[in-house]
Amino acid sequence: MGIMGRMSTIFKAKVSKALDQVEDPRETLDYSYERQLEQLQQVRRGVADVVTSKKRIELQSAKLEDQIKGWEQDAKDALAQNREDLAREALTRKQAAQQQLEGLHSQLSDLEQEQTKLVELEKKLSLKVDSFRTQKEVVKAKFSAAEAQVKIGEAAGGLSEEMADIGMAMQRAQDKTESMQARASAIDELLSSGTLDDPISSGDHLKDELNKMKATSSVDDELAKLKASVPAGGAAS
Amino acid sequence: MIVRIMTEGQYELDGDQLESLKHADEELLVTVRNNDAAGFQSHLAVALDLVRQGRPLHATMLKESELVLPAPDMTVHEARRLFDEHQIL
Repeated sequence: MGIMGRMSTIFKAKVSKALDQVEDPRETLDYSYERQLEQLQQVRRGVADVVTSKKRIELQSAKLEDQIKGWEQDAKDALAQNREDLAREALTRKQAAQQQLEGLHSQLSDLEQEQTKLVELEKKLSLKVDSFRTQKEVVKAKFSAAEAQVKIGEAAGGLSEEMADIGMAMQRAQDKTESMQARASAIDELLSSGTLDDPISSGDHLKDELNKMKATSSVDDELAKLKASVPAGGAAS
Repeated sequence: MIVRIMTEGQYELDGDQLESLKHADEELLVTVRNNDAAGFQSHLAVALDLVRQGRPLHATMLKESELVLPAPDMTVHEARRLFDEHQIL
């Protein structure tokens, strides 16, 4: 069995077999349909939640951006007072936070795509739920219990698979928003205290070291640039 | 045979298409076992391409799939986690 067979096993475990247990599925079709409508409502709420979380993270990231600009101003002020040590500290915080914020921005654009996909999936799902409604009416009117079992069993299974698909996509988007919220809080922490309790690692030690080195050299560069633009000795405002 | 691409939709594939897909699928499994991120991406792209050559199922069709392909943007880490959760790697 390859990847696709394994995936299918995971899906089959999630697909509801409720109708298989019923002697005459024609009697429970309306109930099944109502359950599907409820699930569709849950999906809609889930999608709305993802949209809200994303907006919240966007707001947070805009605020962080303002804070980062504040640190740059602080660095300029420090230089104007001949406090290169303070300026360096301010720039270090600024750069560290900025690096993290860039990561957050790229996660946000991923989430944007996922959100678009979720909205599409929700529309498709609602078409399918409606198609089930039509099929159940036909089955109730035209088929015997045994025929109904086959006809509607497959339709219910297909719909349930669709729900499982969107459910997994939703879970993924929710996990992502949670990790992004944690990241935004960590950046906030970094900006306000200058330390990060739990450094946001790329998961690769070499990469982390290289990032650190790059950050240090770009602090030096930025400090040099600021020095050139800010006349020392308190005359600048 | 009906094949689902997660978050995308279902396609109906015939015998010849399935044969090439089976091969791509086996390669994909190797990349997951080896935690090979780049290999996973490229083999997933091949498999997606093959499935998309099938006949897309109409939006109102309600059928179960026999095979399911990961979402186009799934990473090898996500795939592993999913299989580990269900203990089927």
